[in-house]
Amino acid sequence: MILTSAALAILVTMTLAITRALLGPTIYDRILAVNMFGTKTVLLIAVIAAIAGRGDYLDIALVYAMINFIAIIAVMKYFEYGSLGSAGDEPPVVGHKPQEGE
Amino acid sequence: MDILQILSAILLALGAILGVVGAIGILRFPDFYTRMHAAGITDTLCTGFFIGGLMLQFGMTLASVKLLLIFMFMLFTCPTATHALAKAARHGGLRPWVKTDNGGAVDQEGRVT
Repeated sequence: MILTSAALAILVTMTLAITRALLGPTIYDRILAVNMFGTKTVLLIAVIAAIAGRGDYLDIALVYAMINFIAIIAVMKYFEYGSLGSAGDEPPVVGHKPQEGE
Repeated sequence: MDILQILSAILLALGAILGVVGAIGILRFPDFYTRMHAAGITDTLCTGFFIGGLMLQFGMTLASVKLLLIFMFMLFTCPTATHALAKAARHGGLRPWVKTDNGGAVDQEGRVT
């Protein structure tokens, strides 16, 4: 009973967060809302595990939390620097000194 | 209904209230930096209440240890993500919503409202 109510409250929260993600005027609003959506998804999986009475589902919640964090950081790095960065595709120029404003 | 169930119900209800309040905040606050404040409440406190309530439901089992792991992980990652997001927005040139002297306000695009 209380677990079902908690799941419903999380679903309401997720609905409001996804509304902001769709409305959001800037890209940062969307990322913030999607981050909150992912956090609430982890909680929803944990509550479903309690409803079903199976502790195994909590592994899924743990993995989802990790994937959510990595995804948010990756998307934000992409929008901050314009690329995700790569190792070794541009060899360093010998004797190159950084210019002003570089 | 024993004392653990009642305590668990109270914790879950508090978490649910905080989550919905944070979601209303993220929907209704005027600009990105204020919305981040609303999201920060739900990220840690709502998660803590929910995990605490669920741990009381599961009792002394392996599931409670897993829940504690989830909580510790979120305790470290959520502020990191929020900080990185604020830094990205600041570098991206997003200006905070500020009040002007004559009682109005300037939004993110520089419009006076």
